[in-house]
Amino acid sequence: MTAGRPLPVPTPETAHFWEGARLGELRLQTCRDCGQTYFPPRPFCPGCTSRNIEVTRASGRGALHSYVISHLPAPGFEPPYTIAVVKLDEGPKMMSNIVGTPCDPALLPLDHPVEVTFVSLNDQISLPLFKLAGAAT
Amino acid sequence: MTRARAAVIGAAETTEMGKLPHISQLQLHADAALNALADAGLKPSDIDGIATAGETPESLALYLGITPTWIDATGVGGCSFLMHLRHGMAAIEAGLCRHVLITHGESGRSRVAAAGFPHPIAGSLPQQFETPYGTFGPPTMFTIPVLRYLKDRGYGQEDLARVAVVQREWAALNPRASQKAPITIDDVMSSKMIAYPFRMLMCCLVTDGGGAIVLSAADHAADLHARPVYVIGTGESVEGNMISQMEDFSSSKAFRVSGRNAFAEAGISHADVDHLMIYDAFAHLPLYGLEDLGFCAPGEAAAFIREGHTRPGGRLPMNTNGGGLSYMHSGMYGMYALQESIRQMRGIAPAQVNGAKISVAHGVGGMFAASSTIIFANERP
Repeated sequence: MTAGRPLPVPTPETAHFWEGARLGELRLQTCRDCGQTYFPPRPFCPGCTSRNIEVTRASGRGALHSYVISHLPAPGFEPPYTIAVVKLDEGPKMMSNIVGTPCDPALLPLDHPVEVTFVSLNDQISLPLFKLAGAAT
Repeated sequence: MTRARAAVIGAAETTEMGKLPHISQLQLHADAALNALADAGLKPSDIDGIATAGETPESLALYLGITPTWIDATGVGGCSFLMHLRHGMAAIEAGLCRHVLITHGESGRSRVAAAGFPHPIAGSLPQQFETPYGTFGPPTMFTIPVLRYLKDRGYGQEDLARVAVVQREWAALNPRASQKAPITIDDVMSSKMIAYPFRMLMCCLVTDGGGAIVLSAADHAADLHARPVYVIGTGESVEGNMISQMEDFSSSKAFRVSGRNAFAEAGISHADVDHLMIYDAFAHLPLYGLEDLGFCAPGEAAAFIREGHTRPGGRLPMNTNGGGLSYMHSGMYGMYALQESIRQMRGIAPAQVNGAKISVAHGVGGMFAASSTIIFANERP
């Protein structure tokens, strides 16, 4: 990662997620009525429309669902880099980067377990990234 | 087959296509529009409905001197023009207008008075939960579900490469195609890596051009054009604006909804289809399309292409202009899929499918965000 990486701009509905990330927690939301855990954040359940929801701390574990290894220039990135979607153990899918493993498809098998790790971009924003379970950060 | 309600009475692409640094984007719209109006035997003053994307109906109205009673600015990316056709048909039927002009023009390569690829606005969900991870335009977004798809279906990267190879066979038959030289799977697999598993020749061209269509009621279409092309089935849907949240990485919900409704409206079966266009911004889209439209069972599309059914001489000729991979791709390719379907229905395509009576054009918008399907016939049902 290099300087100039795009910074997410939190909104009132997503502030809890970024506050959690700053503290090293991966936060999702769970419906108290139907039990669904969902992402991205919104103050109602996308499954049953109930507003009776709570912020929950995710395990930070999941599996490598799909990815590309980009060889194109992008602001704040040094190609090649891995853009991945992980499927969290709680159910939702989340985009991220895979760190700690070289950008080699042979080392990045789909469905491999992954765990969250956080990188601080500034005082307000930390990004949840993922590493293969068992890999060094 | 259900009764057609609207028909294409004018259709044309821009006079030139490819690299056009001497033509602005709005003029590409106008050039295509004037060609389509000439084909229809109409003047701008005859047009009372306009639909466009990329430019606005306002800019088009001023530039061409049209005072519409109905407009549509649906802009969901490359399949917007298929939706315009569907919406225009409904507007004509509702009596809101008589002749609808649909235009596309895009200075995709030369970028003369053209907007760039729209980046998510600050604070939007894609900007918070996708952009920070280095997504930067379609090659790093449209491609993200594909490794999952290949694994789920048991396909290999050669199956992606073969899509490009077969479409180049069609392009070789089309004098207007940007890329006509034959290629092999090895050529594709050794072309420059863009975003693994996608290599250069699995990604669309970036060119300048445009196209326009004049749509009118089916009842008087035969009086207005010698070869009217009837619209017999239409569909549209959207899934979402975040590729990471696509419900099933191996199947597009928008494709399925749009295709199902178009076939139901047309009242035809897949065996009735003589010609097929599936929007191919990247090589995986025809595979998804064949499955999600129901031409192939999940897991059978790669073999269907490998067995030659979509190539010249095959039983389901697909992307017969060479597609976005080899013919042209300005950015919003849907108009060119429609134009090729219309040419095939008129019997004037460079790689004409002999005796074709029904053509399906299927489009995508954004990164599996939107979809629309149009089914044409050259005989009035």
